Amino acid sequence: MAFADTGIAGLFGGRKAEVQDAAIAAAALRSDRFRQEREGDWQRLEAIVRRMEAGRMGKVPDEDLLALPVLYRTVASSLSVARETSLDAATLAYLEALVQRAWFLVYGPRTGFAAWLRRFLGGGWSAAVRAIWFDLLIALAVMVAGTVVGWLLVSSDPDWYFSLVPSQFADARVPGASHEALKATLFHQPGEHQEDALSVFAAYLFSNNAQVSILAFALGFAFGIPSLLLLVQNTGTLGAMLWLYHGQGLTLDFVGWLSVHGTTELFAILLAGASGLHVGRSIAFPGAKGTMQSIREAGQRAATVMTGVVLMLVVAAMLEGFARQLINNTEGRLTVGLSMLAIWLAYFFTFRRDPKVTA
Amino acid sequence: MSALAAGSGARRQRLMVTPEGIGFNLVVANRGARLAALLIDLVIIGVLEVATTLILVYIAGGIDNLDHLAGRKDTAGQALQFLTIVWFAAMFLFRNGYFLFFELGPRGATPGKRMTGIRIASRDGGRLTAEMVVARNLLRDIELFLPISFLLVAKGGDTGAAGIAAAVWFLIFALFPCFNRDSLRAGDLIAGTWVVEAPRTKLQEAMSLSHTAQGGASHATGTAYRFGENELAAYGEYELQTLERVLREGRLEAMVAVHEAICRKIGWNPGAGDERAFLEAYYTQLRARLESGMRLGVRKADKWAGG
Repeated sequence: MAFADTGIAGLFGGRKAEVQDAAIAAAALRSDRFRQEREGDWQRLEAIVRRMEAGRMGKVPDEDLLALPVLYRTVASSLSVARETSLDAATLAYLEALVQRAWFLVYGPRTGFAAWLRRFLGGGWSAAVRAIWFDLLIALAVMVAGTVVGWLLVSSDPDWYFSLVPSQFADARVPGASHEALKATLFHQPGEHQEDALSVFAAYLFSNNAQVSILAFALGFAFGIPSLLLLVQNTGTLGAMLWLYHGQGLTLDFVGWLSVHGTTELFAILLAGASGLHVGRSIAFPGAKGTMQSIREAGQRAATVMTGVVLMLVVAAMLEGFARQLINNTEGRLTVGLSMLAIWLAYFFTFRRDPKVTA
Repeated sequence: MSALAAGSGARRQRLMVTPEGIGFNLVVANRGARLAALLIDLVIIGVLEVATTLILVYIAGGIDNLDHLAGRKDTAGQALQFLTIVWFAAMFLFRNGYFLFFELGPRGATPGKRMTGIRIASRDGGRLTAEMVVARNLLRDIELFLPISFLLVAKGGDTGAAGIAAAVWFLIFALFPCFNRDSLRAGDLIAGTWVVEAPRTKLQEAMSLSHTAQGGASHATGTAYRFGENELAAYGEYELQTLERVLREGRLEAMVAVHEAICRKIGWNPGAGDERAFLEAYYTQLRARLESGMRLGVRKADKWAGG
């Protein structure tokens, strides 16, 4: 009879429950019995959380993922009961830490990279750009002013050229250079093999420009002034070179040469400067909201724009490295440059889709 | 652990209320841990960059050899170009993508932060979004790389007073976390994030499972400890949790000292050799008393409190 009893109990898994019951009965304190009844759930949640934190989402079974919110709420309610009934400091600390870890997962960022990218490209980015329109206008004015100042400085005293233009550009392109010498820097000769090291140059330019625009953004934290100074410094170079080519009657050719990637690149730098300014302005003039909230909102908006700036600089580097070499005439270059500009403008200012609706 | 943290860092605790209405304490990470985390991360980035460079140089060397064998200049040149591009991209990614990649993960922490037990979180208790992580990491340039380069330049003295002024100005950003209550970096400020401790505690044994805790007789002396109402009224929750820590750590000297102190307080004659059984019994009965008080809404914080 006894044999049959254990046999049947074993068959239905009753023995385990019996052992557990015995353990529950064994605890002398009511709060420890409370804990014993629930610690299975706690440990299951801990195991799920540990696996998810390790980033092995694929190894977390579906039923565990489904159980996560339920278990989280169970454990959270265990915590609030335990706080009122138990004085076991170690158990309370364990529950607090576990609820906190699970809370980060349950209410953590759930969008994967692909979903985020879709939302970003499908409206989030252009909405952020439109939101900082006022700063865009200021930054644009500053860039135009910087170019004009660069031009005026060099035209009054050509020695300024050497302090405005970095030495890497001042190879053949120096004041006094002949029409032909300057033209040779814009177009390559038919038989000339010119693709050497150009894509390397493009990669270098990209990482350099990207670092500069990140800097322009970061400097916005100091009320935006250094961002503007950086814009002036960079466009001053542009103004000086523009003056140089203008002197030899090559203005349009230079603009064409520059515009292939320049419309994209200068636009990106404009966006970076404007986002820096946006953050700086939100610190200096928070408006009706609290300063902290105003900074936070501006910062996140600007970060969205900045992510796009890096993408634009990748495009600019590709245009510079390849398109400019393939197209060897001013009309073609202007067409590419202006149509890129048109595409960006259309994307930012006419492409309106509320990302919140689509998400 | 949490009792210790409560003692040393009550100033750094912030109450966070979940949507379920349960409040828990987030502890703002201390600046030392954050500096350590940053240094670890920088070392890792440095090692990654050097390793990548060495590997690419090694590959380039191989291509160069191949070029000598084949006697063709063109293809090898292109391959070298490609390697240079890979190098630029890798350096850019390591410098800017490292923090993004790890902080966007489910742990919200870079390897350095994980080692020092901290993570980033949204300051308003909401979701941590990609925009926040991007924003807080874009400012690293002025907080870290610029001050360092300006300091190096200013030390040389070539730039004079202007260089020193710039260095001081940038130091304000680098030392930003020292000037506010929540230790926010400039990046945290504009992103709406903060760095908090990420405690990882193991579930410890329940305390009232042992034989003596349940009122059984001690194996060593055969005594079953029973304490009267007055003897249990001597202590409160603070002492109970201190006693819990002593029992969990299980160091004999500490147990002897606590045993003696309790006996003196409740007027017992301290014996020797059976401290653990005594303390377990006292702990369980004191906790039972205090917890039943709790259920009735009467709490006794420590031995000075009435009730």
